[in-house]
Amino acid sequence: MEVTLRILRYDPEQDVAMGAPAAPAARTTSAAGSPVRGPHWVEYKVSVDPMDRVLDLLIKVKADQDGSLSFRRSCGHGICGSDAMLINGRNRLACRIRVDQLGKKISVAPLPGLPVVKDLIVDMNGFFGKYRSVKPYLINDQPEPERERRQSPADRTIYDDTTKCILCAACTSSCPSFWARPEYVGPAAIVQAHRFIFDSRDEGSDERLEILADENGVWRCRTIFNCVDACPRGINITRAILEVSSAIVGRRG
Amino acid sequence: MRHLGRKVIEEKLPDITDFARIYQGVEPLKEPVPVQPTAHYAMGGIPTNVNSEVVRDDKGTVVPGLFAAGECACVSVHGANRLGTNSLVDLLVFGRRAGRQMARYAGQVERPLPIADALEPVRAELEAIRGREPGGESVSVIRKELQDVMMDNVGVYRDATVLTVALNKVNELRSRYGKVSIADCGSVFNTELLEAQELGYLLDIALVTVTSALARTESRGAHSREDYPERDDKKWLKHTLAYQGKDGPNLRYKQVSITRFEPKPRTY
Repeated sequence: MEVTLRILRYDPEQDVAMGAPAAPAARTTSAAGSPVRGPHWVEYKVSVDPMDRVLDLLIKVKADQDGSLSFRRSCGHGICGSDAMLINGRNRLACRIRVDQLGKKISVAPLPGLPVVKDLIVDMNGFFGKYRSVKPYLINDQPEPERERRQSPADRTIYDDTTKCILCAACTSSCPSFWARPEYVGPAAIVQAHRFIFDSRDEGSDERLEILADENGVWRCRTIFNCVDACPRGINITRAILEVSSAIVGRRG
Repeated sequence: MRHLGRKVIEEKLPDITDFARIYQGVEPLKEPVPVQPTAHYAMGGIPTNVNSEVVRDDKGTVVPGLFAAGECACVSVHGANRLGTNSLVDLLVFGRRAGRQMARYAGQVERPLPIADALEPVRAELEAIRGREPGGESVSVIRKELQDVMMDNVGVYRDATVLTVALNKVNELRSRYGKVSIADCGSVFNTELLEAQELGYLLDIALVTVTSALARTESRGAHSREDYPERDDKKWLKHTLAYQGKDGPNLRYKQVSITRFEPKPRTY
């Protein structure tokens, strides 16, 4: 079958940046006199199998129609988290969504709310900065035991859901609270904090809860549930955020 | 998987269940999951010692300041066939050892000097691809032909005939690669240029794989020569080392250090 694939293209060396306050004249003509575009939709006809994923389509376009189409991909199987993008209006991993789930008209744009570097590639530095801000690693100053630090299956279950996060940024970039206030630490960082806060082997909960009690922490969550819809790993993110909020309240009470 | 029951499948095999649903459209709770062979790991790699330092020869001479760990490396813990989940050893053990050794190295070395003439050849390689007129050979076409010939001729079961066909094909692709051109001449996140460069490396690795498989006239682990079905420890209990030569790789060999586990036939 043939599908129509629309891709929001942007080349920083050719086009005017999204939202850039360009002078009115510069919007229509460049110094050389050729038209200057901002991010713009380009349509491709692609012959596909219904079981193909959107990532297959992007690879086909890059191979057969335009080698300059730029996107991140690595494992191609929903583990590495490189290819999150806005597909038919929802944040999805391109490697996990098939043509037969989308229909014959497919639109693909970069993740919303993050600066676009080129085509479908967004700048993830801010996102990873927030991830690092919640100290996403084991904090435990006790001397290392002879063997591993053990944990009961029941204790492991408490934070099982949030261990699944692959840091694709689909949740954070789907969050209206984040769009409205880019300083908000965002759902992904809270999920990562949750993974350690509720780990019985970790002793850093207090410092993490302190960080997340900040005005740009958990209270920015308005339980819109966009993050839950966007998460390719099926994590109940809103619940995780509320569990962290409760822990902050409980600690103060 | 159906015999395992819903509870076990959902609790213990969430990822594989998910893969079957998404990529095969199969419901593992109710239907059999199709299985097919695939290349899922590259055995061999950059030779290292147990501290993940790269070694350059059969005597274990270390290349100072160069480390490798993971699938790119070959510490030789896997023998001739890496078994399921054992690549975690590369990550967890030798990744950690690499980190520790790097810290030791950085603590004792005066000031690691960058190699003065290392940059120019790489820059020249990239600029040659970027500067070529469009309309030359296509990266994706050469890569597809390479994938096909490696899949068809250089799988687990091989013999001199199919390997020779592969050798000729890889050499043909290597000469066509010299005319590869790309559409994206930009300097920002140029993934097309990156893929073009990677293709060159893939062709190098493919040539090493085929050449050493052709030379090894025995069967061992995942190298199953149908024209030499037996393992031959007298001649071949040794690692292959490949060095870049003018007309393809030069092969040398390194002795295997055998400690606790003797090589033996896999009879199950």
